[in-house]
Amino acid sequence: MSSPTDSRPSPSTGSSPPRRRRTPGLFVVLATAGVLLVGLPLLGLVLRTPWSRVGEVLSTEIVLDALRLSLIVATVAAAISFVTGFPLAWLLVRGSFRGKTLIRAMVVLPLVMPPVVAGVGLFAAFGRRGIVGSWLYEWFGWQITFTTWAAVLAATFVSFPLAVLALEAGLRGLDERLEDAASTLGASRWYVMRRVIFPLMAPQIAAALVLSWARALGEFGATITFAGNLRGRTQTLPLAVFEGLQTDPEAAFAISMLLIAIGFGVIVGLRGRFLR
Amino acid sequence: MSLSVDATVRRGTFTVEAAFDARAGETVALLGPNGSGKSSLVSSLAGLLALERGRVELDGDVLDEPSSGIAAPPEARPVGVVFQGLLLFPHLSGLENVAFPLRARGVGKDEARARGRRLLERLEVGHRADARPRDLSGGEAQRVALARALVAEPKLLLLDEPLSALDVATRAQARELVRDELARFPGVRILVTHDPVEASMLADRLVILERGAVTQIGTPEEIRGGPRTRYAAELVGVNAVRGRLERIEEGAGRLIAGDGALVVPWPDWYTGGDVIALVRPVDLTLWLERPEGSARNVLRGPVTSVAIEGDRARVRVGSTPPLFAELTIGSLERLGLRPGTDVWASVKAVEIEVLPT
Repeated sequence: MSSPTDSRPSPSTGSSPPRRRRTPGLFVVLATAGVLLVGLPLLGLVLRTPWSRVGEVLSTEIVLDALRLSLIVATVAAAISFVTGFPLAWLLVRGSFRGKTLIRAMVVLPLVMPPVVAGVGLFAAFGRRGIVGSWLYEWFGWQITFTTWAAVLAATFVSFPLAVLALEAGLRGLDERLEDAASTLGASRWYVMRRVIFPLMAPQIAAALVLSWARALGEFGATITFAGNLRGRTQTLPLAVFEGLQTDPEAAFAISMLLIAIGFGVIVGLRGRFLR
Repeated sequence: MSLSVDATVRRGTFTVEAAFDARAGETVALLGPNGSGKSSLVSSLAGLLALERGRVELDGDVLDEPSSGIAAPPEARPVGVVFQGLLLFPHLSGLENVAFPLRARGVGKDEARARGRRLLERLEVGHRADARPRDLSGGEAQRVALARALVAEPKLLLLDEPLSALDVATRAQARELVRDELARFPGVRILVTHDPVEASMLADRLVILERGAVTQIGTPEEIRGGPRTRYAAELVGVNAVRGRLERIEEGAGRLIAGDGALVVPWPDWYTGGDVIALVRPVDLTLWLERPEGSARNVLRGPVTSVAIEGDRARVRVGSTPPLFAELTIGSLERLGLRPGTDVWASVKAVEIEVLPT
C-alpha cells in the first residue's frame, strides 16, 4: 500500500500511466480512528495478560475442560454445517423451486441475529417444551437442553450461514461445461463430484470449514442461553472467559489470548491459501 | 459400424432438425453459420441434450429414441468429444486429463497413466505430460484434448470447432495433426465447424445446417458444383444475388435485387417473393469494350479488387449488382486489370441458376 506522500500525481508526460490522486487527509484521520477502535482493546488484552502465569492458567483443569469441549463442539458444528450446507448450497445455486429467495434469506439471518435471540429460538424448538424437543422427550426421553448437544446445536446455528455462503460462492464459480465434459468422458455423477467438483471447489470448501469452525469456536450468546454454563458439558472457552472475569480475571485474559491466537491463525491461513 | 441420426432437438425456443448418416472411416463436417444449431446437435449426440423426437443409432445400438423412452446418459456412450474451448480440467496435469476417461471407467491407475502417456507421445506432447493446462500452449492443449477424447477408444469422435482456440500461426500445423488423427481413427468422425476451408480439408462429406435445418448434404465437390442456398454458395465462392422476379418473356425473367438486376431463366415453381440467383464466377466473362454477342446480361463497373489464388484470379467488379469473376492469370494480364479499371462483365442467362429462398 502506498503512503499519502508517494501518491502525488507524477508530472504528466504524454502517455504516462493514469495519474494517482492524493488521499484526502480527512480519510487518514478517520481510518486511524477506526484502526484504534479495533486495536486498543487488542493492545489492552496484550498488556493485561499475566504472561508469567499463562502456562499455569491455561493448564488448569477448568481451562483444559473448556478447550477440549470447544474443539469438539466447533469441529462437530463445522462438520454438520458442511454436510448439510453443501447440498443446500447446491440446491440454492442449481435448483429452481418456489421460495428459494425466502430460504436463502432465512439461512443467512443468523449472521445478523443477536446470538441470545438464537438461543431463545433454540429453546422454543429443542427445549423440553419446544416444538421438536417435547416430542423427543416424550418418545425417547431425550433432553437436549444443557447437554453438549445443545452447545453443538447453538454453534451450528450461528456457523451454518458462513458455510453455506462460502459453498454457494464456490458452486457459482464452477464451469458447468467441465462437468459435461467429464460425463462424456465416462464419469458417473459421483465420479464427477469426487474428481472434478470437489477439487475445483477446494478453496471454498476449506473456507467454509475454517470459517464455520472459527465462528463456532467463538459462540457465546446462544450457547449460554440454550445450553447453559456447565463445566465439562457446555462450558466452552468463551463461557470460561465470562466466568473467569467474575472469579479470576487473570485467567479470563489468558484464555482470551488463546482465542485471539487461534483467530489470528485462521486469518493468516485464509489469507494465504483459501480466500482468493 | 455407422451412425444414423434423425433428430429434433430443442434448446429454449430454438429447434434443430437434422437427419444424416455417417459411416466408419468417414469424416462428416457439420457446417453452418453461428446459431445454425451445430453445437446443439453435437450436444445431443454426446448425450448432454435430450432429443425431442427422432432416433440416434451408433454401431447397431440405439442411443436415443424418445418414443421408446431410450436416452443413454453421456457417460454410457462410446463417444469421445473435443469441445470448443477444449475444456481440459484445470486442476489435473495433461497426463491426468488423458487418464481421466480410463480411470472413470474403472481402469487401474498405472495402466491408465501408461496408456495416456503412450498416446501423448504419439501426439508429440509426451514431454508436457506433467504440465497443468494453463501452462500449455494452444497447440499443446489441443493435442492433450484430442488424446483425452481418443484414449478410451470411442466409436464416435466429435470435434466441436477443434481449431477455434488456436491462433493463425499454429492453426495450419494443428489442422495437419487433426487430419492425421482423423485418418487413423477407425470409427465415425463428426467435425463441427463454421470454416469452409477447414471443412473441405478435413471432411469427406458436408452437412450444411442453417437456422436449425439441414439445407444440403454432399461432398465438397458436389456442393461446389451446385450449392443449394445462398449460404452454401457464398461458402464455396459462388455469387448469390437475392431479389424478386419479374417475367419479361417466355422462359425468362428479370431478377430485381436491391443493388441491381439480372436476366435469369424463369423458374416454373415461382409464385412470388424473393429468390436467389447463383452466378458461378467462372461463367462471368470480362471485357474492356462492350461485348458483342448473345449474353443477356452485360454489366459495367470498375474493378474493385483482384485476388490471386494459384494460377487463378478472383476479380470483383463493382457492377449492379456487384459480382465476382474468376479468370486465369493469363487473361488477367492480357486485360491488364487492376483496381479501378473500367470493365464489362457478361454472363448468359441460361448459366444462372435460380433457387427458392
